[in-house]
Amino acid sequence: MAQLDLTNVASGADSDAAREAIVDYIATQEHKGLLRFLTCGSVDDGKSTLIGRLLYDAKLIFEDQLSTLKSDSLRHGTDGENIDFALLVDGLEAEREQGITIDVAYRFFTTERRKFIVADTPGHEQYTRNMATGASTADLAVLLVDARNGIATQTRRHSFIASLLGIRNVVLAINKIDLVDYSEERFEEIRAEYEQFAASFEFDTLTAIPMSARFGDNVSSISERTPWYKGPSLIEHLETVEIGDTSRERPFRMAVQWVNRPNLDFRGYSGTLASGSVKPGDEVVVAASGITSKVDRIVTMNGDLSQAVAGDAVTLTLADNIDISRGDLLASAANRPEVSDQFAAHLIWMTEAPLLPGRPYLLKCGAKTVNATVTDLKHRIDINTFEHLAAKKLDLNEVAFCNLALSEPIAFDPYEANHDTGSFILIDRRTNATVAAGLIWFGLRRATNIHWQALDVDKAARSHLKGQKPAVLWFTGLSGSGKSTLANAVERKLLALGNHTYLLDGDNVRHGLNKDLGFTDADRVENIRRVGETARLFVDAGLIVLVSFISPFRSERRMARELVEDGEFLEVFVDTPLEECKKRDPKGLYKKAEAGEIKNFTGIDSPYEVPENAEIRVDTTEGAPDVVADRIIAELKARGIVT
Amino acid sequence: MSLDRTSHLKRLENESIQIIREVAAEFSNPVMLYSIGKDSSVMLHLAMKAFYPSKPPFPLMHIDTTWKFREMIQFRDDTAKQLGIDLIVHSNTDGIRDNINPFDHGSFYTHTMKTDALKQALDKYGFDAAFGGARRDEEKSRAKERVFSFRSSSHGWDPKNQRPELWHLYNARVAKGESIRAFPLSNWTELDIWQYILAEDIPIVPLYFAAPRPVVERDGLLIMADDERLPLNPGETPQPRMVRFRTLGCYPLTAAIESDATTLPEIVSEMLIARTSERSGRLIDKDESASMEKKKREGYF
Ligand SMILES: Nc1nc2c(ncn2[C@@H]2O[C@H](COP(=O)(O)OP(=O)(O)O)[C@@H](O)[C@H]2O)c(=O)[nH]1
Repeated sequence: MAQLDLTNVASGADSDAAREAIVDYIATQEHKGLLRFLTCGSVDDGKSTLIGRLLYDAKLIFEDQLSTLKSDSLRHGTDGENIDFALLVDGLEAEREQGITIDVAYRFFTTERRKFIVADTPGHEQYTRNMATGASTADLAVLLVDARNGIATQTRRHSFIASLLGIRNVVLAINKIDLVDYSEERFEEIRAEYEQFAASFEFDTLTAIPMSARFGDNVSSISERTPWYKGPSLIEHLETVEIGDTSRERPFRMAVQWVNRPNLDFRGYSGTLASGSVKPGDEVVVAASGITSKVDRIVTMNGDLSQAVAGDAVTLTLADNIDISRGDLLASAANRPEVSDQFAAHLIWMTEAPLLPGRPYLLKCGAKTVNATVTDLKHRIDINTFEHLAAKKLDLNEVAFCNLALSEPIAFDPYEANHDTGSFILIDRRTNATVAAGLIWFGLRRATNIHWQALDVDKAARSHLKGQKPAVLWFTGLSGSGKSTLANAVERKLLALGNHTYLLDGDNVRHGLNKDLGFTDADRVENIRRVGETARLFVDAGLIVLVSFISPFRSERRMARELVEDGEFLEVFVDTPLEECKKRDPKGLYKKAEAGEIKNFTGIDSPYEVPENAEIRVDTTEGAPDVVADRIIAELKARGIVT
Repeated sequence: MSLDRTSHLKRLENESIQIIREVAAEFSNPVMLYSIGKDSSVMLHLAMKAFYPSKPPFPLMHIDTTWKFREMIQFRDDTAKQLGIDLIVHSNTDGIRDNINPFDHGSFYTHTMKTDALKQALDKYGFDAAFGGARRDEEKSRAKERVFSFRSSSHGWDPKNQRPELWHLYNARVAKGESIRAFPLSNWTELDIWQYILAEDIPIVPLYFAAPRPVVERDGLLIMADDERLPLNPGETPQPRMVRFRTLGCYPLTAAIESDATTLPEIVSEMLIARTSERSGRLIDKDESASMEKKKREGYF
């Protein structure tokens, strides 16, 4: 690794030439950039060994540490006579005894081109929390895999968390390549598998490197034992990889951390620019109040600046005397953040006591702390399969998509656009523990302060008058399975029997109530939520509601089910084989999807999760719609819904 | 020399200032522990920057074991006066009364005059946050230290019960009696510290520079006879040698190194070729490598 060669300087540190060399060296050091990365992998993939080697190669292990290391290796080491580099980095006593790494540790090393801060995070199943912590400040992730084992469940999980936290640069370190005879074939196999699976994460760079952390192959220099490998060594890559940092190009944001008032003549606002840049004369807005002013000075101890940019810790004074306090977000008046007291966000739960919707927590976003509750746990995400699951609570290390309501509006940006103004933590009000990390997706501007009104005429009264038991008949199935035809037929028969009904059809609802929603996962969930809520209101009105919706995900159907009372929700699984649906293709959609013209089409490139306990299952290939509809009516009679 | 916008030193400076401001804004009674060493000098300089044109809204506190180098004490008093900052000096008066000293009492001395003294002072003034100049690169057990390190009401540190720190968001909530130690220099290395001192022209105690000083050699370590309290063995007379200190503490416990480095660039060059790490000059660390962790659990800073 490139380091200043000081062997000559050592003997003559007082010669002028040597001094000059040092001054030059320090000058170049000052202009070095900084790269923060995190390492992750399953236990024993060789993370600690790799970091130990990076530090060793950077000559940062001084001799006395090395001798401690040698004696430690004899005591704890798993590596016989050799130095076990892992011991250099496994810090705390308890975990050394157990031989595992259990917390995030930060390491530092420097090369000629960059200074590095490494977040070392453990691979244990239960430590999502630590990895998210390390990832929150990292520019890049090094994912280790053991060449013998290939892509493991943990690799998938770590990729997901890295991507969730917004890491856009990934190194796939295919380690222990020595144990597979430096095989190119094996390397390519793992690389291909990973690339395929990681495609959806949209990383900006993904670099696979064959490596032996233990023997140093392709760590700081290219190894002769992998002549087939034409890429960079790990260090070379880390020194040169471009981190697409666009924070300066984005709109100006600065949270006021501290109001600076040394005397009556000076009133400044101290904070760090989260993004963008600002100059004296620029128009800025206090986001939450909407009051604007112009920047007067940018004050620092080294003199006033003509411009401050993202990352700078400065003090601003404004042209007008306006009311600003700690926690306010100053922003570009031309490009303002969202302001809302409700938003949708991903939560990573970080403590033993589970998250319960409705329980109040403290929420800290930037320099602002407010009260917050999770009003709606929309779904939990299985971080191994990325499946969306229904959830009523959230346990340690689980990730969920939620709506939160705050005690007052705050200013924020989506996390994607700004990690600093789009992130928050939740704090338990009793224990003061940090219980969750949050990533904001979008603000929700729903009516606030609208409470349920208690009414004299209730559901029982309304349905009694209609001589029926209210219910939701939820028709689910593939596109073209016959849901709508069937729902129609059932409704006609119910009408004929004197029942009061209403039919909600997926396609029709999308033209009105849900016309603002697209087909992203979040929109699909919101789509179902609205339909579920509407069905609930109609049930409350005493009606028999027929819903005809593909609704491919179990979690969503469960969500709709949970909105109404037990026994009121009947899932009707229209189980027509995919081949038959394709053959029918009444709207020509399958043809388009197969041609790649429609994305995320259920049954083609998006899954349909078959209902496990549908109340009613029908197969439309078994008879005419009328016949099948009769079967459903019979079932409703048997359940006492109609007479 | 002014710092390049994109340099790693500027990024470190920005990060530290954000941390220092956050502590000042969130806690009702913070204090900055000032050990007079180079790291403290950098931390103090950053605090001056963080609040400019105001003064830092907290006092400095020095835990004086009464065995510090005289030049340190001089430097401490001059610095506080020059910057116009309140300085609290606290010593364990029980320890002074019982004549607890580094020669007769070994690690009990450290415990009494440093650990106990610190706890006494924190309790006496009711500080709920104390800045320290520790860096993560100093020692293995520090690598996992948080920036806001949570301490129980008995000042204990539980490595299993530290709060996760994400982004630049620090949880500053403490119950009555509990406190935090805040480490704004967490991500700095020793080299960064020296480079920054050079770039920002920060004053440091002259003991860091080589000069002829009276020393005795014991077990291969050079100990400076800073005053007449150093007990001399029969036949031992302090000899002037060209020495300097890589780290500063209590003079009987801090070994000097032979050196000709009289300027900052020379110090940095010595550091870069050093084959012994910083803390080995401090005698308290001679035991096991995990000893620091034990000390922290007991409340040593
Ligand atoms: N043969 C070989 N062994 C390795 C390599 N990297 C790590 N190891 C060994 O794998 C074991 C686990 O490594 P460690 O670094 O502790 O894994 P961690 O749990 O990911 O930190 C140790 O015995 C290492 O010596 C490698 O590249 N080749």
